This record gives sequence, C-alpha cells and structure tokens, in this order.
Amino acid sequence: MSSAPPNAGPSRAPDGGAAGSLARIASARRRGGSDLGTIAPVEQASAPKSDAGVALEVEFRSATKRYAGTDSPALEALTLDVPAGEICVFVGPSGSGKTTAMRMVNRMVEITEGDIVVGDRSVRDRAPAELRREIGYVIQQIGLFPHRTIADNIATVPRLLGWDRDRIDARVNELLDVIGLEPELMRRFPSQLSGGQQQRVGVARALAANPGVMLMDEPFGAVDPINREKLQNEFLRLQAELHKTILFVTHDIDEAIKMGDRVAVLRDGGRLAQYATPAELLMAPGDPFVEDFVGADRALKRLALMRVADIDLWNAPLVHIGQSTAEVRAKLEGAEVPYALVIDQERRPIGWLSEADLARETVRARPDTSPDPILELDDVMRDALSDLLQAETRYAPVVDAGGRIAGVLSVEIISEFLTSEDALVEEHSAGERPLEEPAAEK
Amino acid sequence: MTTGSLATLPPLAQGGDFFRERTGTSCVEENGFFCFQWAADNIDSYVTPTLEQLYLVVLSVAAGFVIALALAVLSHRRRWLVPPLTGFTGVLYTIPSLAFIFLLIPITGFGTLTAVIPLTAYTLQIIYRNIVAGLANVPAASKDAGRGMGMTDRQLLWRVEIPLAVPEIVAGLRIATVSTVAIATFAFFAGAGGLGEPLYSDIEFKTNVIISGGLAILMAIAFDALLVVAGRFASPWRKVRPV
Repeated sequence: MSSAPPNAGPSRAPDGGAAGSLARIASARRRGGSDLGTIAPVEQASAPKSDAGVALEVEFRSATKRYAGTDSPALEALTLDVPAGEICVFVGPSGSGKTTAMRMVNRMVEITEGDIVVGDRSVRDRAPAELRREIGYVIQQIGLFPHRTIADNIATVPRLLGWDRDRIDARVNELLDVIGLEPELMRRFPSQLSGGQQQRVGVARALAANPGVMLMDEPFGAVDPINREKLQNEFLRLQAELHKTILFVTHDIDEAIKMGDRVAVLRDGGRLAQYATPAELLMAPGDPFVEDFVGADRALKRLALMRVADIDLWNAPLVHIGQSTAEVRAKLEGAEVPYALVIDQERRPIGWLSEADLARETVRARPDTSPDPILELDDVMRDALSDLLQAETRYAPVVDAGGRIAGVLSVEIISEFLTSEDALVEEHSAGERPLEEPAAEK
Repeated sequence: MTTGSLATLPPLAQGGDFFRERTGTSCVEENGFFCFQWAADNIDSYVTPTLEQLYLVVLSVAAGFVIALALAVLSHRRRWLVPPLTGFTGVLYTIPSLAFIFLLIPITGFGTLTAVIPLTAYTLQIIYRNIVAGLANVPAASKDAGRGMGMTDRQLLWRVEIPLAVPEIVAGLRIATVSTVAIATFAFFAGAGGLGEPLYSDIEFKTNVIISGGLAILMAIAFDALLVVAGRFASPWRKVRPV
C-alpha cells in the first residue's frame, strides 16, 4: 500500500502478503458482527445446572448404521472428532448418510456398530429421552408445535425437565431477546409468524435448556434465500457468543463453507470423503469427488470465507462540502481511486464528485453521484463483490460499524486477490492429489 | 318395566304409560297439521322424555368416546390393529338398531343399559376412525421435533399428537352425536324412555310427531353447535390468521 492521503479513512494496519491470507481466511468467520451488543449473555443469565451449557466434545468412533434388508450401510464406520464449541457441518449428496450421522448422536437413529461419545459418555449408555433433552435439536421443517404458543414451544424442554414456572418464564423472555423477537409475539401461534421468525423460534426452542451440543438438520433449508443469508449471519453471531458444539447438516456446499469450522464431506454409501476446515477443503480437496463436490468455482467460494476487512482497501481522496475544487483536483493527482468521495462531519460518505461537480468553484452539498453501494467492513467478500457487480460500479466506499469511511473496495482489488491466490491453489492441490491413473492394461 | 321377556315388548305405535289425551279443539279432532293450543297445553309432558333423551345421548357418546379413544391409543403404536378394529366397529355399526335392542333385552333386561349399549356401539365406528385419522395427520415434523427434544412416547401422544388431532376428533364427535340423537328415539323399545316414548305413543297425531321429532332435531342442532364451540376452545390455534 502506498502512502495514504492524510485525510484517508482510519487505518487498519493491514497485514498484507499472500502468506497471511490463509490465516486471515480461517479467522474471517470467527469475527462475529460488531453489533453483538444486542445479544444477551445467555450462558451466565440462565441458572447453572450441573454441566448444562458447557460445550461438549462429540466423538464418532467407527459409528456405523446398517438398516435391515439393505446391502450397503447408510453410514460406514464414521470416525471423527468435533471439538467442543465448534460447528461441524456434514455435507454431501442425498444418500450420503449425513442426516443419519447427525441423528445417531441423539439416538433418533440407533447405532448398529461402533460408538458415539458425547462429553466422555457413550450415547449407547444413555436413556434416549434423557439424552435428547440435553441436546438441542433443530430440523428443516422447523417442526414447531402448531397448537402451542411461541412461549410454550420454547418452553418445551424446560417443561420436560421439570423447571419451575418462574424459571421457564425468565428463560423464554431471555431467548426471545436473544433471537430478536418482540415479546408480544410470545402469545402467538406459529402460523402467525413468518418463516424466518419461525426458524428463529426453532433455534430458541433448541437452546432453551442451554444444551452443550446442538443438532441442526438443514435448519435454514425451508427459508427463502434472502432470509437464509440473514439467518445464517445471525446464527454465526449467536454462536460467537454461545460457543456450542454444533453438528450441522446441509446439502449446500456454500452453506457448509460459510457455517463450518470444520466440514465433513460424505459421499454415497455413507463414507467420509474429507474432514477439514473450509479453507483447507477449498485449497486442497482430498480427492476428485471432493473437488467435484466443492465445485469448479472454489476460488470464488473462498470469497465467502472472507470479510471486506480482511483485504487491503484502497483510499479515495476524501473531501468535505465547501472545499475548493482546486484542492480536490490536487488530491486526485496520483490517487489510488481516481474519484473524490465527499464525506460529512461524521466522516460518512455522501457521494462521489463527478466532472460536472469538479467544474464548480467549491464542492456542493449534493454531489452528482450517489455513494451507493456502501459496504461494511463486516460484509462477506462474496456479497460485497456481488453488490459491486450489481451496481455496475468499480468502486464502493467501505464504512465501519459507525458508518464512518474506512476505505474503498474495487473490483480490481478482488480480482488481484483471486489471481494471486489461484496460483497457490493449483500448485497445492496438484501436488497433493493422489495418483489415480488406472494400472496399464496388458 | 324390568322383566326381560320378549312377550312384554311394547307393541309399536302403542305407547306405554304416556299421555293419550287427544281431545280438545277441532284441530285436535281433525288431526290438523299442528295444533298450537294442544301443544301449549301439553308441552310439559315432553320435558321428561327430552331429559331422558339428553341423558342417553350424553352417556352413550361419552362412553363411545372413552372406548374409541382407548382403542385408538391402543392401536396407535400397533398399526396392525387398525384394520381389525375398524372392521369390528364397522360390523357393530351395521346391526339394525331395533334388532340390537331386542337381542339385548333377554340379557340386560329393560332399562337404560339396554339402550346405551347399542347407542355406544354405533358411535365407535365414527369416533374411532376420526381419532385414528387425526393422529395420522399430525405433521411428521412436529412428531420428529417432539421426540428429538426428549418426549417419551406417552408425552408425545398426550402433549402433541392428541391435541393436534382435536379438530378431527371433534368432527367425529359431531357426526356421532347427531346420529345418536336420532337413533336414541329407539331407546323407548329398550324401556329407557326418551323422545321415542311420546313419538310412538301416537304416531298418527301430527302435532305429537312434529313436537317429538322437532325436539330431537333441536337437540341435535344444539349438540352440534355446542361441539363446534367446544372444538374452537380446544383448538384455538386453528382460528388464528397470519398477522
């Protein structure tokens, strides 16, 4: 980065260079939104009860499921370890046993061979109903009880556990706050809520007894794409606070990459193809199946793992209303971004100066070109790129949580990033890919 | 009327100890379509039969509901029991009412029991089938969620499945109740009173037939309306509309 103009946005001490990029990708997801202030500290507020709420490790030990009358197992000797407090996504085509694997953890599906250990205790030694009350459960169809109010739905597990009324009421109110639902909604029935609201209630219901482990079976599958995106982001923010151990099932590789700390790719016949972090999966797919499943656009997918804050932004000359255009012209000489951005007293972008604007004596209050799209440092890079492309613009101002200018994102920055990293990906995967040439036939 | 012999059956159209007065106005003499004066003078003699009918209906439907619910719960996790139970209650339903009563008289004698047994039996088919259908229609997602959150089979049944089956159960109760009101007029032949008693005491006197039949119809409508309201109370979630 060359020397920034004195009036450029607040510097972010960027750690440029390709070497740091992997680490940054890995950490990008962990950076929950900065608007966490709205989320109540669930863990502390709920009454402590033995080890409830403490995230537990989930260990699959050659866990196998074979249904009677079928030749091949639904899940074959799955062995993997989900560290406490992480999101592990099971992803794969239908018939790959991903849902089976997840449902074996709370014994909704019985284990045929092998074992699953949740926090040092084998699930096989537990009474199913008791085990399930300690494990949060969210399913695709949401499965709210239509005959129960929102409050009653959320209170399901606490009631099964025999909590007293005051404690349940307090917990319900707390959770409504956590998921951002107005308290008035708690007397409503599920059919009176939107799909997105119902899904949030489904999550709140699963969280009610503060379980250490959550199972989520395509939890956002029934929601429209726009709301899905929103719910995913909300959920990641929530998880950044809660640190539950989460087993998450999806058939959508993009969702897997976005949500997972680790991703288990399963393939036909319930076999594990690869278990890795999303970045590893994209940069070094373990075999052709995984490579194919992750998709040819995996370089692009890596954009989904990054936030705007993770890339070095450019600086545009920043100008104030009333400043003389001569000064602006001087600033434009040799600037990274060849347009001047007008900001207000709070350093919020107002608009770009056009040629016509520059022809005036001073910078006028309403510049010709709107600053939209305005991106945020927390935006996922892929969304930012799509905003840029959609607006048919090359530059977009990036603001921090307070709406103050932090820099400018351009299509060129992204394309540079992609090309520089692509070389790395190709080298990497070419070297590691197992040789699969069939033995020469004689 | 307690003896259990077929010979002592009250002959048709020859009421037991009910009123026989058919004197008074010319309307009565000529058996007009509806004699208001006679009706006003004699309406009090219909009170007891109406209450008896009410008692029979409530008793039979309540007993039928309890038995049908027990059968439905029994067959809920034993699906193979559904066809035989449906068949059995269906066979009961096909027995002609009078034959059923006459067959029972030698065993249970004259009285309420002899009327309530067939009336109850007739309700089983409808109520049982509706409970089974209602339980079968409970969304799979609700059941999966309930079980996945740690409900036992019994908790799932009473907290999720049966409450969600209420609309179908109430629909079954409505049909069963209305048909029981109609069939209960035969209770008279079992010596259990009811609106059959005034009805059959003089089936030629139009005013009497209209009052007896009319009371039965009103009773059916009242029961039906009552069950509609009760059903709404028991399933408040169904009325709500998305906001």
